[in-house]
Amino acid sequence: MNEWLKHLPILPVAVPLVVGALMLLLNDTQRRTRLTLGFVSIAAQLYFAVTLLGLAAGYIPSDWPDGVGVYLQGDWPAPFGIVAVVDKLSTIMLVLTALLGAAAWCYATARWDRAGVHFHPLFQFLLMGLNGAFLTGDLFNLFVFFEVLLAASYGLMLHGSGQARVTAGLHYIVVNLVASFLLLIAMALVYGVTGTLNMADLAVRAGGLAGSERRLFEAGAAILGIAFLIKAAAWPLNFWLPAAYANASAPVAGVFAIMTKVGIYALLRIGSLLLPTGAPAAFGGEWMFPLGMATLAFGIIGILAAPQAERQAGFCVIMSSGTLLAALGMPGVVLTGPALFYLITSVLALGALFMLLEMIERTQAFGAELLAVSLEAFDLEDPISSDRSDDVVGVAIPAAMAFLGMSFIGCALLIAGMPPLSGFIAKFALLSAALGTSVTDSPSLAAWSLVAGMLISGLACIIALGRTGIRLFWSSEESITPRLRISEAGPVGALVLICVALAFWAGPVMNYLSETASYLDRPESYINAVLTQNSVRTVMPGVSP
Amino acid sequence: MEIILALAIGVLAGSGIWLILRPRTFQVIMGLTLLSYAVNLFIFGMGRIKLGMPPVINTDWAADPSHYADPLPQALVLTAIVIGFATTALFLVVLLASRGLSDTDHVDGQEKLL
Repeated sequence: MNEWLKHLPILPVAVPLVVGALMLLLNDTQRRTRLTLGFVSIAAQLYFAVTLLGLAAGYIPSDWPDGVGVYLQGDWPAPFGIVAVVDKLSTIMLVLTALLGAAAWCYATARWDRAGVHFHPLFQFLLMGLNGAFLTGDLFNLFVFFEVLLAASYGLMLHGSGQARVTAGLHYIVVNLVASFLLLIAMALVYGVTGTLNMADLAVRAGGLAGSERRLFEAGAAILGIAFLIKAAAWPLNFWLPAAYANASAPVAGVFAIMTKVGIYALLRIGSLLLPTGAPAAFGGEWMFPLGMATLAFGIIGILAAPQAERQAGFCVIMSSGTLLAALGMPGVVLTGPALFYLITSVLALGALFMLLEMIERTQAFGAELLAVSLEAFDLEDPISSDRSDDVVGVAIPAAMAFLGMSFIGCALLIAGMPPLSGFIAKFALLSAALGTSVTDSPSLAAWSLVAGMLISGLACIIALGRTGIRLFWSSEESITPRLRISEAGPVGALVLICVALAFWAGPVMNYLSETASYLDRPESYINAVLTQNSVRTVMPGVSP
Repeated sequence: MEIILALAIGVLAGSGIWLILRPRTFQVIMGLTLLSYAVNLFIFGMGRIKLGMPPVINTDWAADPSHYADPLPQALVLTAIVIGFATTALFLVVLLASRGLSDTDHVDGQEKLL
C-alpha cells in the first residue's frame, strides 16, 4: 500500500470541502469554471469511493485487517483522536452517494443550477457531509457531519425560492434543528456516562455499565435513536417529509433520496456496535420493527391519498424507510444483506423518479396541472420564464416521450418491486429471508406481518403510480413533447440502467452484501481495528510521549 | 449549584418547547434559541460541575485529573454554539423570506381558516 492510498479515506471529505470553498470564491458568472470544478470533484469522489470499495472488499491488496481501514486524523490514536473508518458498509454507502450525486449534479447542470445562487458550492458541501457521516468513527463528529449536510440541504431545499418551497423549507429546518438538539442531548448523556465519544470505544465501555449508569446510558441511546429516526423519517416523526421533498427542486429531491438512508445507516452502524452488549431501545428489534411497520402503513395510506406525483414519490421514500426499518428490526442477521440490496435499489430508483417527474411535468400543457391539487408546488411553471425555456445550449435526445414513458415504467417497477428489475430481487430476497428466520416450523407473526406489509405496499405503489402514469401520459388532451437534453435524460437513464445491471449481477452483489451483513454481526473486527491502529509518527528519543 | 443549573436548563427547555409549538415564526425562532441555550448548558453540565478549575493543563500543578475540569464538553459546547448560531441565523433569513412571500408570520404561510 503506497503513501497515497493511506490518505485515501479522508479524501471523500477533503475534496468536496476544498472544491466547495474554491467555488465560493468564484462569481456566479464564472459558471464554466464552477462546472469544471464540480465535474472534477464528483469524478474524483466516484473514483475514491470505488477504490475504497475495492480496498474494503479485498479486490485491491491492502494491509487493512478484515477490510477495515482506520485513518487517524491528526495522527492521534483512538479513542483520543477522531478517526475515519472505512469498512464494507461505509464504502457501499459512499459509492451510492457518489453515483446519486453524479446523476443529480449532471441533471442540475441542464437548467436547475441557474434557478438561484450558489447551487454548486452547496451541492459539494452536501456531498461532503454525506461522505463524512458515512466515514466517521466518532459520535460527535457524526453530529458535525450531520449538521454540514443539513446546512447544505437547507440551502438546496430553498433553491429556486417561491412561497411553497419556503414554507416547506421552514418546516424542514425547524424539525431538523430540533432533531439536532436531541442528538446533542443524547451525545452529552452518552459522554457523561461512558466518558468517550469514539464509537468503537463506546461499544467496549457500554458493556461494562451496570445499575443506574446503564439506565442513564439506555436513556441517552434512546434519545440518540429518536434523533436518527427523525432523519430516517420513521412514523410518527415524518410528517415534514412529503411536503419538503415534493417542493424541493428536482435534482435536490433526487439527491435527498439518500438523506433518509443516512439515518438508517447510523441506526445500523451504532446498533451493530452496541448489539453484543444488549442493544438499547430504537436500535433493537422490539422498537425498530413496530416503528417500521407503522411507517410502512403510513406510507401506504399516504401514497394512495396523495394527489400529486411528487408527493407520491415522497411517500415512496417513507415506504422504503419503513421497509428497511422493519427488515432491520427482524431478529437475526439474514435480513441485513437483502435489506442493503433493497436500500441500494430504492435510493437509485427514487432519485431517478424525482428527476423524471420534473421532466414529465414539462409534457403537460400549461394549465393542465391546475386540475391537480396543490399546484403551487411547481413554482416555475410559466413556460416563457427563462429557466424553463428550451433555448439553453445542449443536445436534445430523440424520442423524448418514449424515453419518459419507458423510464417511468422502469422506476415504477423498481419501486413497487415487480419483475424483472432489481426491485423485485430485493423484495423477493427480503421476503424469503423473513420467512426463513424462524427456528420453528412456521414463520413467526412478525415475519408474516412483514410479508403482508411489503406485498400491500407493492400493490399500493402499483395502484398509485399506475394512476399517475395514466394521468400524465394517456389522459392529457394536449401534451407537449419536450426537448430533453442528454445531460437531463442521461442521468435518469443511467440510474435505471444501474438497477438493470444490479438485477443482472444480483448474485455477486448479494453475496457481497451478505458478507457485509455477517461482518456487521461481529463488530469485534471493527472495534479491534479502530482501537489498535497506531499512529505513524515515531516518538523522538528523550521526549516522553 | 446543581439545583440552580438543573432548574435553569429545565426552565429554558420548557419555555423553548412551548414556544416552538406556537404558530408564529418569531415565537418559533425564540423557542429554538432558548432550547439551544438549554442544550448547551446540558452538555456543559455533563462534564461534571467543577468550580474554579481550568480545563487546560497548568505546568505548575500536578498532573492529577481531579485538579482540572473536563475540557471535552467545553469543546463540544463551543462547536454546538457555533453550529446552533449559524443555523438560527439561517432560519431567521428563511423566516423573513416566508414573511415577505406570504404576507403573514404564520408558520404555515397562511392564516388558519376559521
